[in-house]
Amino acid sequence: MESSGLIYIAGALMMGLGALGAAIGIGNLGGKYMEGIARQPELIPMLRTQMFIVLGLVDAVPMISVGIAFYLLFAVA
Amino acid sequence: MATGAQTGSEYIKHHLTNLTFGKDPTDGVWKFAHTAQEAQDMGFYAIHVDSMGWAIGLGIIFIMLFSMVARKASTGIPGGLQNVVEIIIEFIDSNVKDTFSHKNKLIAPMALTAFVWILLMNLMDLVPVDWVPQLFHLSGVEYMKIVPTTDPNVTMGMSLSVFFLALFYSIKNKGIGGFAGELTLHPFTSKNILIKLILIPINLFLEGVSLLAKPISHGLRLFGNLYAGEMIFILIALLPLYVQWTLSVPWAIFHILVIVLQAFIFMVLMVVYMNMAHETGDH
Repeated sequence: MESSGLIYIAGALMMGLGALGAAIGIGNLGGKYMEGIARQPELIPMLRTQMFIVLGLVDAVPMISVGIAFYLLFAVA
Repeated sequence: MATGAQTGSEYIKHHLTNLTFGKDPTDGVWKFAHTAQEAQDMGFYAIHVDSMGWAIGLGIIFIMLFSMVARKASTGIPGGLQNVVEIIIEFIDSNVKDTFSHKNKLIAPMALTAFVWILLMNLMDLVPVDWVPQLFHLSGVEYMKIVPTTDPNVTMGMSLSVFFLALFYSIKNKGIGGFAGELTLHPFTSKNILIKLILIPINLFLEGVSLLAKPISHGLRLFGNLYAGEMIFILIALLPLYVQWTLSVPWAIFHILVIVLQAFIFMVLMVVYMNMAHETGDH
C-alpha cells in the first residue's frame, strides 16, 4: 500500500511538472513566433518550419513523462 | 480486450513485450521466449524478432515503392503516386539545402531514407492495438509489437549509427588533431600556455558530456514520443468497446501530427549533426 501510494504521487509529479515546464516553453515560443510574423510577414514559411522543429523538441519531454507516468500508474502500481 | 481473464496491467505488459528470440540460460537452447521473464533472462544477445521484422519489411516497402516510381517516372503530367514521391523528395531536398552547407553526396539520400522509413514505422502506431497481436495470437505467436520505434533498441541503434557517422566525418574533415582540439580547447581558452593545459580536462569534460548527450537525446526523443502514444492507445483499448472511439479518434488525429513531426525532427537533427561534423571552422 505504502509503495503503490508513492508511485501514484510520482506519476502525478512527473506529469504535472513536465507539463508545467513545457507549457512555459511553448508559450514563450508561440508568443515570439507571433511577434516575429507580425514584424515580418514575409518570413512566415521559414519561421513556421523552425517553430515546429523547436515545438517538437520541447514537446518531446512532457510526452515522454506522460508515457512513463502512465506506465507506472497502470502497469506497475 | 484480447484474451478473457486478464487484468489491466497484465494486458498492458503483454502488449509492451517484444517477441524475443535468444539463448535460454537454463538449458542453453536458442528459442522464442514464452513469458516476459524468460525474455528478460535471455540478456544481451537476444533479438527482438518482431521489431526487426517489421522495420526491415517497411524498409523494403519504402525502397520498392520509390524505385518503382523512379523507374516509371514520366516527364508529362505525373500521376498521383509520382506526385507524392516528388513532393517528399523536394521537401527533403530543400530542407537539406537549408541546413547542410557543405559538399557530401550521402547526406540528402540518407535524410530521405531516415524520414520516410521512420514515418512508415511510426505509422504502424495508428493500426488498432489489438488487430495484429490478436492475429498472431490465433496463429500461435504469443507476443507481437508492431511499432518498431517503440522499441528503444531500434531508435538508439539509429541514433548511434548517426553518432558514429558524425564521428567518422569529424575525423575525416578536421583530422584527429582538429577533432581533439575541438574537444579540448573549447569553450574556455587562454593565451597563456600553462593555463591552457590546466583548462584541457575541464573543456574535455564539458564537451564530452555534450557530445555524448546528443545521440542519447536523439534516440530517446523518438522512442519516448512513440512509446507514450502507444501506451495511451493501449490504455484506451482497456475501456469498454462502445466508448473507445470518443478517446481514440481524437488521440489518433493528434498523433498524426506527432508521427510526422518526430520523423521530421529526427531527420533535421541528423542533418544538423552531420553539418557540425563537416564544419572545419575557424578554431
